[in-house]
Amino acid sequence: MTSWPILSVVTFLPLAGALFIAFLNEDEAGVRNARWVAMWTTLITFAISLILIWRYDPSTADFQFLEKRPWLGGAITYTMGVDGISLPFVVLTTALMPISILASWTSIQRRVREYMIAFLVLETLMVGTFCALDLVLFYLFFEGGLIPMFLIIGVWGGPRRVYASFKFFLYTLLGSVLMLLAIMAMYWQAGTTDIPTLLHHPFPLALQTWAWFAFLASFAVKMPMWPVHTWLPDAHVEAPTAGSVILAAILLKMGGYGFLRFSLPMFPEATHHLAPLIFALSVVAIIYTSLVALVQEDMKKLIAYSSVAHMGFVTMGIFALTAQGVAGGIFQMISHGIVSAALFLCVGIVYDRMHTREIAAYGGLVNRMPVYAVVFLVFTLANIGLPGTSGFVGEFLTLIGTFRINTWVAALATIGTILSTAYALWLYRKVVLGKLTKPSLFHIRDMGWREIAILAPLVILTILFGVYPKPVLDISSASVTQLIDNYQHALGTVQSAALSK
Amino acid sequence: MNAAQLPTLVPLLPEFVLGLGAMALLMFGAFRGESGARSVDIAAIALLAIAGATLLWLPSGRLTTFGGSFVVDDFARYLKILALAGSAAAILMSLDYVKRERQQRFEYSVLVLLSTLGMLMLISASDLIALYLGLELMSLPLYVVAASHRNVLRSTEAGLKYFVLGALSSGMLLYGASLIYGFTGTVNFAGIAQAAGQGGVGLIFGIVFLFAGFCFKISAVPFHMWTPDVYEGAPTPITAFFAAAPKVAGIAIFVRVAVVAFPGITSQWQQILVFVSIASMGLGAFAAIGQRNIKRLMAYSSIGHMGFALIGLAAGTAEGVQGVLVYIAIYVTMTLGVFAVILSMRRSTGMVESIDQLAGLSRTHPATAFFLAMLLFSMAGVPPLAGFFAKFYVFLAAIKAGLYILAVIGVLASVVGAYYYLAIIKVMYFDEPVESFYAMPYELRLVLGVCGLFNILFFLYPGPLVGVASAAAHSLF
Repeated sequence: MTSWPILSVVTFLPLAGALFIAFLNEDEAGVRNARWVAMWTTLITFAISLILIWRYDPSTADFQFLEKRPWLGGAITYTMGVDGISLPFVVLTTALMPISILASWTSIQRRVREYMIAFLVLETLMVGTFCALDLVLFYLFFEGGLIPMFLIIGVWGGPRRVYASFKFFLYTLLGSVLMLLAIMAMYWQAGTTDIPTLLHHPFPLALQTWAWFAFLASFAVKMPMWPVHTWLPDAHVEAPTAGSVILAAILLKMGGYGFLRFSLPMFPEATHHLAPLIFALSVVAIIYTSLVALVQEDMKKLIAYSSVAHMGFVTMGIFALTAQGVAGGIFQMISHGIVSAALFLCVGIVYDRMHTREIAAYGGLVNRMPVYAVVFLVFTLANIGLPGTSGFVGEFLTLIGTFRINTWVAALATIGTILSTAYALWLYRKVVLGKLTKPSLFHIRDMGWREIAILAPLVILTILFGVYPKPVLDISSASVTQLIDNYQHALGTVQSAALSK
Repeated sequence: MNAAQLPTLVPLLPEFVLGLGAMALLMFGAFRGESGARSVDIAAIALLAIAGATLLWLPSGRLTTFGGSFVVDDFARYLKILALAGSAAAILMSLDYVKRERQQRFEYSVLVLLSTLGMLMLISASDLIALYLGLELMSLPLYVVAASHRNVLRSTEAGLKYFVLGALSSGMLLYGASLIYGFTGTVNFAGIAQAAGQGGVGLIFGIVFLFAGFCFKISAVPFHMWTPDVYEGAPTPITAFFAAAPKVAGIAIFVRVAVVAFPGITSQWQQILVFVSIASMGLGAFAAIGQRNIKRLMAYSSIGHMGFALIGLAAGTAEGVQGVLVYIAIYVTMTLGVFAVILSMRRSTGMVESIDQLAGLSRTHPATAFFLAMLLFSMAGVPPLAGFFAKFYVFLAAIKAGLYILAVIGVLASVVGAYYYLAIIKVMYFDEPVESFYAMPYELRLVLGVCGLFNILFFLYPGPLVGVASAAAHSLF
């Protein structure tokens, strides 16, 4: 317990920054100030979230930094807290926000104030999603994020932004409303929406199954899992660079986080019965979307499809329900958060110069942009999952975890890693390697200091977590162990009850 | 007549204030003519405020008079305050409009006052006679104000259409009331509840006719046909009035009759409500997609919202009624806020009503666009805005009552509905600006600001409204 509500501060500080920006003037100075206010707000938020890590006790699986206040009356309260599963995501969010703001520094010239406000509001809602320990509160943050993201894609997006933003909004909303009904059914069944209580509440099997599907509808869209992933390439392609970064790095992780926080511990029996379904969808996602990625002509679209494939590893690992699988799933999400964010930033760098994302428009960039070539190579290799990068640890752990449960699934998923090598290297070769023949590229500049400053921390983290993944794994290990224990225990209780009958 | 026979008039004080005040204003207006119109408007708002204050000043608890046919309980208090606020806001929002359109007539405010008086009677009605009196007193002035632009074809058409269909629905309602009286032998709701027992075919017929009349008043499918035409044809401030206060009264009597008069046969009228609710949500969601006129769109939107509100009533429980009450309060704020923007859509060429005219509003009027966007997101039911909580409470009740199919269809309809709200936001935020509107009059800014902030900040402190609604709902059970 802390003396001050640190989680609420981390959550709502960006909102305060957004309010401040709202009162700035609309002139030149106001625009400049808006950028700086957003930058400092996100940096301070990040600094405070580091205090979270510092004060966090990794030896226990209990929720920490708890806050509880009456809210909607009855058993619906404002409850915040983090454990080893949510803390990494909180820090990932706060860490990527300053990077996103910096990445938008010059590329956003239109309606800068509104842009910064939308991003700060989005940060509040994302952090809140990971900290909320009440189902209704969680839903509030989870869904609320749609509004700023809809505006970010729609106002600052590319030519097909209207279509993409509508698709994003309606797809996600459609998935989520069903979850809302399941939340209500759980409320009447258990009499509370307090997540720590619900984690140990034995729901009847029928309700478990329905609620499991309702939550799946929401998280599968968010994640996104095949076949409801089609909004993602559109949204990614049309969103501004920083929008894609946040979308890939954090919004997608809400799906995986949701599975870990709700589906697994609250509906263990349903999970046990339906895990094969997830395996099937994951394998299809890994192989099919990897193949789709191979034929893309747009860089962002290719990375978007590769995201879907990587999320397939996450769902596979999580639903293997082994310590390695779940820990690997979490690690893979964090790693993908860093790597996909960096890849979108890399695309953004050349897009800012050439205003096209077509792969065919590039080639031989290494001749003019050596630094860029190195950075892009690091993240390409991390995306493939080369040993020594963070991508490897996550994929490897999920594969080990799954192999113990289902050899075939793991074997098929491994094919996906080969395909990912193919599309990632192919992209790299077409864009970076070769001779510089296109006249439009003759005068392209290499990365500036701002761009290096954005990507340097991500390079460091990618390699650091690749060779020394312990920090992330340590934070989550106690919670993962407890998650698995509770799951086994719940299943054991049910099975022994069935036997005694 | 001796004093012992005279019923106590204390519970009627707000109605007296309104009725006598309206008559006084009518006299004043008749002598002063058009030059006094503005004073009448201001006085009417003050009168509504005084009536509200009187209502709050009444002793707490359940008060009845006229042999139990008029009742003031927490339920009535809650909805009366809402209806008074809706009417006051409607008059406030008309001030600028009537001045610019040179439609300053004192009768308008007086008619709104009389209609509001009818609403108050209706909300408190506790037997079928009082119900009918209140309903007609509410409706007749509405027919007149709908046609108040008497030189405009659209407006007179709206008034006539509304009147003919309204008369038809009144007839059906009366027929239903007479059937119920015939089969139970009483007009008092509590008496009906006792006599109804297990129901019966005749009684069900009566209920169906009665409910048809209510559905007409709140414009629920399949009695919604008048709504788009009347919304579009009536002068815009009148549409704003139609969209808020009469809906409150209609929902109030619907709930009171269903819950107080027929509590024993919930399962029988529940089916009717489930159908009406699904049909309203579905039609409201799908039919609105093609609309280009924002007033017509609001008509379909209100049909959909009534469908959502009826979900709570279909549950037939205290939670459900609480959901209805929360829903209707939030609905009123959302609607009034949106109409404040519609009323400000004015250029040198006059009022415009097409959605395309809002293009680029986020550049030309950023604050207005922001509030309107938030209100529309709220109408779509996106958290953390108030509209989400409105839907939350009715669905919560529906799930508890086991109405899973209804709830699933409801949330799906809300996703479809989200599309057309998003389409308006798209026009405002994504499209290139067209010529900007005149500056928004202060009273509209006030309404928009209050409604917008209420919807944005509701989640911070939802306790009071939810608590009051809960108390109001429990006063019926």
